[in-house]
Amino acid sequence: MHIVLILYLTLAFALFLIPQKISKHTALIVAFVQLGVFLFLISQLSTISAGDAITLSIDWMPQLGLNLEFTLDGLSLVFSLLITFIGFLVFIYANTYMKSYPGTVKFYFYLTLFSGSMLGLVLSSNLILLFIFWELTSVLSFLLISFFNEKEQARKAAFQSLFVTGFGGLCLFAGIILIGSIAGSYSVTDWLDQAQLIRSDSKYLPALILILIGVFSKSAQFPFHFWLLGAMQAPTPVSAYLHSATMVKAGVFLLARLYPVLGSTPEWTQIVPVIGALTMLTGAYLAITQIDIKLILAYTTISALGILTLLLGIDTKLSVKAALVFLFVHAFYKAALFMLAGFITKLTGTRIIARFGGLIRSTPMGFIIMLIALLSMAGLPPMLGFIGKELIYEAKFASPWISSLLVVLGVTSNIFMVAVSFLLLFKVFLGKSKTSLYENNYSMLLFSPGILALLSLGFGLFPNLLTALIEPALSIIRADDIQINLKLWHGFNQVLFLSVFTVLMGILLFILIYKNKWIISGWQRLNNRLFAISFTWLFSAALDKFIAFSRRNTHFIQHGYNRYYIITIIIFTSLLLSFQLYMTRGWEISSSFTLRPFYISGIVAIISLSVLLSVFSKNGIFTVTAMAVTGYGISLIYLYYSAVDLAITQIIVETLMVVMFVLVLRRLPKFAKLSGQSTKIRDAIIALSFGGIMTLLSLKAISVDLNPTISSYFLDNSNLLAYGKNVVNVILVDFRALDTLGEITVLVIAALGVFTLLNTKKSKK
Amino acid sequence: MNSILLQIAAKYLKILFLSFAFIALIRGHNHPGGGFIGGLLAALYIVYNSLAFTSRQSKQQLKIRPEHYMGAGLTCALLSFLPGIFSGTTLMKGIWWSINTSLFGEIKLGTPLLFDIGVFLTVMGVTLLFLFTLSIKK
Repeated sequence: MHIVLILYLTLAFALFLIPQKISKHTALIVAFVQLGVFLFLISQLSTISAGDAITLSIDWMPQLGLNLEFTLDGLSLVFSLLITFIGFLVFIYANTYMKSYPGTVKFYFYLTLFSGSMLGLVLSSNLILLFIFWELTSVLSFLLISFFNEKEQARKAAFQSLFVTGFGGLCLFAGIILIGSIAGSYSVTDWLDQAQLIRSDSKYLPALILILIGVFSKSAQFPFHFWLLGAMQAPTPVSAYLHSATMVKAGVFLLARLYPVLGSTPEWTQIVPVIGALTMLTGAYLAITQIDIKLILAYTTISALGILTLLLGIDTKLSVKAALVFLFVHAFYKAALFMLAGFITKLTGTRIIARFGGLIRSTPMGFIIMLIALLSMAGLPPMLGFIGKELIYEAKFASPWISSLLVVLGVTSNIFMVAVSFLLLFKVFLGKSKTSLYENNYSMLLFSPGILALLSLGFGLFPNLLTALIEPALSIIRADDIQINLKLWHGFNQVLFLSVFTVLMGILLFILIYKNKWIISGWQRLNNRLFAISFTWLFSAALDKFIAFSRRNTHFIQHGYNRYYIITIIIFTSLLLSFQLYMTRGWEISSSFTLRPFYISGIVAIISLSVLLSVFSKNGIFTVTAMAVTGYGISLIYLYYSAVDLAITQIIVETLMVVMFVLVLRRLPKFAKLSGQSTKIRDAIIALSFGGIMTLLSLKAISVDLNPTISSYFLDNSNLLAYGKNVVNVILVDFRALDTLGEITVLVIAALGVFTLLNTKKSKK
Repeated sequence: MNSILLQIAAKYLKILFLSFAFIALIRGHNHPGGGFIGGLLAALYIVYNSLAFTSRQSKQQLKIRPEHYMGAGLTCALLSFLPGIFSGTTLMKGIWWSINTSLFGEIKLGTPLLFDIGVFLTVMGVTLLFLFTLSIKK
């Protein structure tokens, strides 16, 4: 399995090497690789159906519990089949769709990498590994949403999706670590073995909530759903692939994967279905008043994701079965609808549904495909969507908790779904044509949705073909042996009655809206009033506030006045030092003062005099010279203590300093009285106290007895180990060479800083 | 400044300064000196030269730009760390070779010397970059 992932990775990079001649068909190459992987996976079906799983484990970082563990079992097979098959179709679609845009190689590069990461996500059975792939898909989604990065909206939407899914990813990571600390491992198999222990641990609830936040943010559940609407800024193949068929299902996949570990607890059955039901209703309700075709589809996607979450939360055999069937239903019709939306947009140049109309005459083929897909979405026979919807109703009836409420919510949102389906069909294809059409040379775009529509129809007529795929997955999730039987005709029962009711109500709602234009506009106004605080707005407002906050903060700390920086550093250092001196009773200096030769006193007198002169002088050059005298004096003292290296360095540095200072002084204004009396006093106090503390510290240093001293080690070993008699130099270039390297690097950086600062032209003013 | 005296002296001082710098570098391991002092001494000559002529002239005389000295210095310092790995010990371990010459007797060459050359070049480059940036107006 890792071979497959490596294949995707190399393929992605190889795309850049494809010669110009055949670069027109780059996407087709990837498409057929996807098809190959799909066929390979299908060939594994017999092994999987027998109840076996193909596993692979390679040690990567066992200390961290991070290993390359992959499992191809019933559940991951279902998802990887969807990823590769829809991927195949999407790449074929994209080959025509993206033709006219620049940077297509980059686009296919991202999309191929995405396919690989998504496969990695569903195949990995180590949670940390899964998390890595999870984040990769988020990042690639970000890159793909912002593909038209010259549009500000696209950039904003991309950031928003990255923030939301990134936040969710972090929560998920924290949850994984919590559970990992209970189970002592990050491997799914270990988690399964210790499911009882995990569920009874006190850390279970916080971990569950964290993981659910991750899942909900990825799968666009309420209240995180808004990022998916922004994601519609992406090119249509991306919307069809990432934002309806695969990536947004990652959360659902993880729910299913962790279901045997975390599920079947009161917390699970109370949190998950409620959020799912809320999302289902919100999505379906808001879809109907949208005017942008892609946004309509995005809202119905949100609703469908809500249904999947809800079903996994209901926690019965029936509901999980319904979820798996609906997974296929939705993947087939929604990807087809997105691709059709892209096709129609190419044809008409708009995404606003009010401007469509009468397209049946120019593209009858498109009409038929749209009809099939929409019938599946509305849940009408003989489509696969009908079977899915029947199962969902059945599951809701059988729900052990709030079943009647779930049924009501489910019927309501399905009524909206039916109405939306008919609305789309009629507004787009029937009625009068309103816009002049672009030249229709996009008929290749109908290939992929056509295949998907055929599947919706085919599996609807012969639903038992699906059972071979669903049974193994179901046995993984529910961990018991299950025979399933999918049928188009259930006989007259409660569920069928509800279906008929739903469809009738939906059609009624549709007719009401279609005939009376004012209803929909009034409804839009009402919704705008009700949902005046949109989540997108809330999100960007919070972000703006945060940025403003940090700007104020930065402005306060990074004010740009050198003198205040220096004052802050000096005061802070003095406070720390005096605190330490106080704590260690540092003022008690116990060294006896010995008498030094008279010329030392002379040197000290010269130093003190020149210090005073430099402080009180009114002339820049004079100050610099006086400071140099101080330095030379100090180097003489070094010489007295036979520190020749230090003395030489000090003398040269002082000399250079004088020259540099003179050069700097040329650039400065003449010495002027810039500071008043009070600032002078303030500076004097700061300087004196800092000097005093440093003096105290030096005096203290003499009396502190470090035992054993490191200097004796250097003295003893310098010649033995490093073949050098000059200990100072040996320390610099051998014992402490890394420190020296750091110091010269700092020097270089400082020099480059001065260079750039002084060579920057003043752009302001 | 435009002083004939200083300019003529520069020619002779050049030899003196640079040989001093070189000697400081070479003897550094056993006697006072080393790359830091050597680099500063070499830079000091250029500083003197810029006082005698102009900074622009001495920058032109220098031929190699100070940034390149800095880069070469850091590279030398880093390169000196490598022989340690390849000779089976750890990174940065000092490695010594001794060469017998008839003129000077036995000479010991080691990676610390290469490191010191790196320090020499870096310090010189940094000082010169300071000097030229401060003194040459664009």
